[in-house]
Amino acid sequence: MTRVQCHCALGKKEKPTALAGRKTEDCTFFTRKEILRLHGRYHEMAPNVVPMDYTKDPDVKLPMQLIINMPELKENPFKERIVESFSEDGEGSLSFNDFVDMFSVLSEMAPRELKAIYAFKIYDFNTDNFICKSDLEQTLNKLTREELTAEEITLVCEKVIEEADMDGDGKLGFADFENMISKAPDFLSTFHIRI
Amino acid sequence: ALHTSFHQLIQEQSSLMEAALELEMQERSREPGQDEQHPNFSPTTLRILASMPSRTIGRSRGAIISQYYNRTARLRRRSSRPPLQQLCRTARPSLRHYDLETDPTRATLEEKRSLLVKELLSLSPGQRSHMLLTVPLSLAEKRTLRWVLSRQSQPGRAPHRTSSSPCGRSKDCIVLVSLGCGLLSLLAAAQPWHYALKQIGGRFGSSVLSYFVFLKTLLIFNIFSLLILLVFVVAPQAVYPPPSASPRPFTGLELLTGAGYFTHSLLYYGYYSNVTLNDPCASSPNGSMCPHTAPQFPYNMPLAYVFSIGVSFLLTCVLLVYSMSRSFGESYRVGSSTGDLAVKVFCAWDFKVVQRRSVKLQCENICTQLKELLAEQRSRSCSLSLCQRLGRTVVLLLAWVLSLSSVLGCVVALRYFSEHMHVQEAILLVLPLVVSLLNVLMPHLYNLLATWEKQDSPVTEVYVACWETCVGQDLYRFVVMDFIFTLLDTLFGELVWRLILEKKLKRNQKPEFDIARNVLELIYGQTLTWLGVLFAPLLPAIQTLKLVLLFYVKKTSLMQNCQSPSKPWQASRMSTFFITLLCFPSFLGAAIFLSYTILSVRPSETCGPFQGLETMYKSGKTWVQLLEKSNPNITWFAWVHQYLVENTFLLFFMSGVLLAVIYFNIQVVRGQRRIIRLLKEQIANEGEDKIFLIQKLHSVYEQRERRA
Repeated sequence: MTRVQCHCALGKKEKPTALAGRKTEDCTFFTRKEILRLHGRYHEMAPNVVPMDYTKDPDVKLPMQLIINMPELKENPFKERIVESFSEDGEGSLSFNDFVDMFSVLSEMAPRELKAIYAFKIYDFNTDNFICKSDLEQTLNKLTREELTAEEITLVCEKVIEEADMDGDGKLGFADFENMISKAPDFLSTFHIRI
Repeated sequence: ALHTSFHQLIQEQSSLMEAALELEMQERSREPGQDEQHPNFSPTTLRILASMPSRTIGRSRGAIISQYYNRTARLRRRSSRPPLQQLCRTARPSLRHYDLETDPTRATLEEKRSLLVKELLSLSPGQRSHMLLTVPLSLAEKRTLRWVLSRQSQPGRAPHRTSSSPCGRSKDCIVLVSLGCGLLSLLAAAQPWHYALKQIGGRFGSSVLSYFVFLKTLLIFNIFSLLILLVFVVAPQAVYPPPSASPRPFTGLELLTGAGYFTHSLLYYGYYSNVTLNDPCASSPNGSMCPHTAPQFPYNMPLAYVFSIGVSFLLTCVLLVYSMSRSFGESYRVGSSTGDLAVKVFCAWDFKVVQRRSVKLQCENICTQLKELLAEQRSRSCSLSLCQRLGRTVVLLLAWVLSLSSVLGCVVALRYFSEHMHVQEAILLVLPLVVSLLNVLMPHLYNLLATWEKQDSPVTEVYVACWETCVGQDLYRFVVMDFIFTLLDTLFGELVWRLILEKKLKRNQKPEFDIARNVLELIYGQTLTWLGVLFAPLLPAIQTLKLVLLFYVKKTSLMQNCQSPSKPWQASRMSTFFITLLCFPSFLGAAIFLSYTILSVRPSETCGPFQGLETMYKSGKTWVQLLEKSNPNITWFAWVHQYLVENTFLLFFMSGVLLAVIYFNIQVVRGQRRIIRLLKEQIANEGEDKIFLIQKLHSVYEQRERRA
């Protein structure tokens, strides 16, 4: 893991723009080599739009349709929600920073708390900061490809809320979700995408 | 004017109290989630609700920054002085550590950011880096923070990035463990087989992947032992070869039997000399003065042999215990009794699976599991009848009797066989052949028993020239045979079976990858290596080679012949189980056997590094005595050796301490369970309070609107 020296002289007002500079490397769980490899993957999705040179910090965003066609995400039922949770502009398009952030959180080195925060965002379909019954129903439909009957779905949703809701408001806040995740030893290994 | 405003205030208060009384008289209806479906809430109420901390905490950048500012401040306060009670209520700046005007809840985004930067600067670089990595802000925001931090921190002090390995976070790592961790993280960074593991995980999921990750872990253990033995035992002996008999000619059979050409080679114990290598005094044995030639480095071979093996075992033990405690810590949770369904819904989806067919299979699996869980919860009340329970017990007992008798039968047969064996070149292979054959066939028999019994039962394996070289050769043969039979088993169990299923029986079902059996085979191979390392120091090299080849063979067979597992396996609990199985029967057994050999068994007289000594351990003892004689200042070392290492009192004392620690931990866990229960009740009460307050707020605003 070599240090990348700062390009600018000391004292000059430097903008945080170097692609794989020390600053990016220290803010994600990836090494410099991996960040460069991610840039290669980002570039090959739209070679005409994404520049190879990131020193001027270009404002390039790729739309959601391109990103969810990546082989790592294509078959995932939650792919739209994953991309939306990391998108800064609310429409699901990712800049390169968001792209690296997404795979950094989903890598195996990210700690449990950070993954829980983003998992909560992903499963919160109506983005009201709670996982309510409708969110759960949508999650179940995506998980089982609508193989469960309506009665079974209602039953499962009720049981889940009964098990995990602690403050009795009928939906899961982040504290409830995090508490439930802490009981699941598998969470770290399942909430993980290799890139 | 003052009086009228007070008058107004009093009037408002009294009307509020009336409203309060009215509300108290009403029945409290506890309908959860009512505020969401309640269209009657006024817009003011809804606006207030929308800005509650619980609803904004994940949303706005400002809220996240405030939260992490508080967290950092708490961290800093905790590390510097003992926390005072109710610090947030006090107004004294010296206690609050920040100015009163900049109340973080009301500041703008820029001010919040600068506050956070100020707090982060007061942390140590390691903590700062960790805090920055774990805050859930976007990468652009983090980079801005990082840039501001680097600008404001002292120039010249390069901020140091802690490694993301667990050792980098804890402050009190002992040197040995941190060294091992450093090497581990180096190896992990090198990432051998990264793409292969990704492919396997993508198609078969985390459960089958855990087998291959376990294989990689074993490879790392073997490489460590190999390095230590290579540097301290094999290399010095290779540089100063002993005068040996003429070597026998090399025929191809040696690769399988390990005898013949290999008998007097670096591979086995017998080759190693019992003298101090490179000793300038060795050439003048009559006690005359040692020639003062150029300073050379005399190397005490017996001592190096026994110490290197001891150190490599110690290192393996430490690494094993560390990885076992880490995976155990991940999978064990205090107070986790309910919550299966919720956990299944949110944690069952394996994000690593990327192939379409596997994804479809996973969806079906989850659907089946959910239906099973629902059915189980529905029928939990009705228990089995007496007849069914009796039937189940009988089946269980029968299966146990069959398993135990077959194991005993194998043991007796092998003992009889090994005693009546002739010692010829090719016949030497028969015993390992029989053992490996049994190893391969018995698991299939037990699998049949298990399907009948609906329970897993682990396989109980049979374990059994210098005589050390003979033992080493035996173990070498075992290792090689195990490898050959694993290959054959992969060939027949997976490839041929798939062909039979497809062509003859015309079923479109491929065989499944039997994770448990394969892992047990790995553990068996590793046990053999650990048993044999004292008698054949290059055995870890052979095991390393075998593991590398096995990875590719298993992977190819998996991709061509197997289908995704239909049973749900929990990957992390399985990894814990594998490592525990490796540690307890396997490593502990090997360590006990080795300790017994080193401490009690008489080494052979004619060859090896311990010729003429009573036990192998005596070489260490004579060295300590020699040290004592040569340098009277370090008698304390001999004293330590005599009274602490050799005295059995120390062993009893350590066992007592261990038992006390275990008891203490059990009590801590019990206390934690009680606290968890109390906290859950408290959270439920707070939730009720919150609903009550929301209703009251709504009624207050309603009253005000009605009056206006």
